[in-house]
Amino acid sequence: MNTMSNSGARVRPKTKRESSKVMKFLNSKKVVPYIFVTPFILSFLVLTLYPAIQGIIMSFQSVLPGQVEFIGMQNYTRVPNGTFYKALTNTTVYVILTVIILTFIPMLLAVFLNSKVIKLKTLFRASLFVPALTSTIVGGMIFRLMFGEQETAAANQFISFLGFDPVNWRFTAWSGMLLMVLLASWRWIGVNLLYFLAALQNVPEELYEAADIDGASRFQKLWYITLPQLKPIIIFVSTITIINGFRMFEESFVFWEAGSPGNIGLTVVGYIYQQGIQQNDMGFGAAVGVVLMLIIFVVSFIYLIMTGTFKKEGA
Amino acid sequence: MKNKKNKGLVWFANGAFALISLIALFPIISLLISSFMPSSVLMRSGITFNIDTELLGLDNYAYIFTQSSEYWAWYGNSMIISAITIILSLFFSSMVGYALAMYNFKGGNVFFVLVLFILMVPFEILMLPLYQLMIDTQLINTYFAVVLPMIVAPVAVFFFRQYALGLPKELMDAARIDGATEYGIFFRIMLPLMGPSLAAMAILQGLASWNNFLWPLLVLRSNDMFTLPIGLATLLTPYGNNYDVLIAGSVMTIIPIILLFIFFQRYFVSGLTVGGVKG
Repeated sequence: MNTMSNSGARVRPKTKRESSKVMKFLNSKKVVPYIFVTPFILSFLVLTLYPAIQGIIMSFQSVLPGQVEFIGMQNYTRVPNGTFYKALTNTTVYVILTVIILTFIPMLLAVFLNSKVIKLKTLFRASLFVPALTSTIVGGMIFRLMFGEQETAAANQFISFLGFDPVNWRFTAWSGMLLMVLLASWRWIGVNLLYFLAALQNVPEELYEAADIDGASRFQKLWYITLPQLKPIIIFVSTITIINGFRMFEESFVFWEAGSPGNIGLTVVGYIYQQGIQQNDMGFGAAVGVVLMLIIFVVSFIYLIMTGTFKKEGA
Repeated sequence: MKNKKNKGLVWFANGAFALISLIALFPIISLLISSFMPSSVLMRSGITFNIDTELLGLDNYAYIFTQSSEYWAWYGNSMIISAITIILSLFFSSMVGYALAMYNFKGGNVFFVLVLFILMVPFEILMLPLYQLMIDTQLINTYFAVVLPMIVAPVAVFFFRQYALGLPKELMDAARIDGATEYGIFFRIMLPLMGPSLAAMAILQGLASWNNFLWPLLVLRSNDMFTLPIGLATLLTPYGNNYDVLIAGSVMTIIPIILLFIFFQRYFVSGLTVGGVKG
């Protein structure tokens, strides 16, 4: 540590006093934390606050290169249209399906993985986690090839083995949605599983011991001890799944790039991309963005109230 | 009798898990196998269960290594961008998280609440004005534009703060008595103690950057600047004439990550579970 204290000592004598004053100021415990936090302040101002305000302003503008003018509510009155509703419906269905799948399946798997029944826990956990390492693009490409429209593609081979006719996966509404949900589930189950496993390890062992003394069955222990103890993590996982669901874009892009037949894969963020970037109608895109933000805030807020997160029970 | 019933359950549950694990790994295994199939066959039949082992060969890899300089440009871009992201975001985020945890200062809590707030604002809503900003500042189509929004990652700040809270504050006082500056304390004493959290965040930020899609898609314009996900996505055409690069390229995109995962599993797990937010 001595080397550090010497750092100011080599400065020429005349300036020594002044520079040590500056050093002292910069090194005082009142100033240091602000210097440390400066990158965050700058990044907040430039990369969050500015675009947030600018986005709201833009949503009232018609933005063309070199020609920006305020047009009042015109962008917003254009938002409620058939394509937007289609995108919102798709997104909502996707959110509902992913919330159900990505909460219940990982929870169930975690309960089993955490019990003494399962051997090779680390191996199972790792295999379920590996899909999270792939990008949506690579994962989606594999899914495109597995769910190809050819009869020889793996998915069609499998369902014809079960006695069904081959499906044109990417060109039918229900199967298009299925593909997006499957891809997301495949990539996220392993991650959510880890959250639940971590939470399960924190359930106090005494609770189960007490239940054993009372002669509780396996199912009763699950219902009356494990589930209530897992409630905070269930709310956490389902809330981030809702938010991520409303933000979904890549899962749709990878299956249909710019546009899906009959917009079966169009999402709200996809609509922002289409209007704001591809059609260069940034004002309208920004308006859709503001609407999406309101939807996300309202939905997560209602969800958190319904699940009692704001109540002070100390649970 | 109870024992016998339990044994059946154990077998069933373990069998079910083996099956589930296999399903989870199936797409990756089938990608690996298909990468040895001629691209014309792959285009005709998709990824299939009937593999004609006589057709397997190294053609796709031979092609990508000799003919596709474009792919290696993307690979280089992805490496550079991920490296810059890791270095900058670790440096700045650890500094901020450390300060929020270790100093009592006016506004400290406000900053922390802001960090949580940014965590919750979807990036997709800010992207159009940011995109406009990149055009106005002529940063469009540069590495800097891609990296900029990731430099001070709120997830990492949050994680570093939580981690730093567990560090011994007495060390700081001891170092002050020895005459160390506050900066010296951070860089020479506390930062090394934060090693495991740095490793976890290096992996999280690296993975997020390696797989990042929407923002690079907006700001990268020319083919020679594309990252791997953007470049590979351009090959996803309905005509399927690029399957050789696409499939062998995908394998080489995920292999380094899976190798890293095998060696540093612990850090992946702690990094990704704090993340929660989409990378």
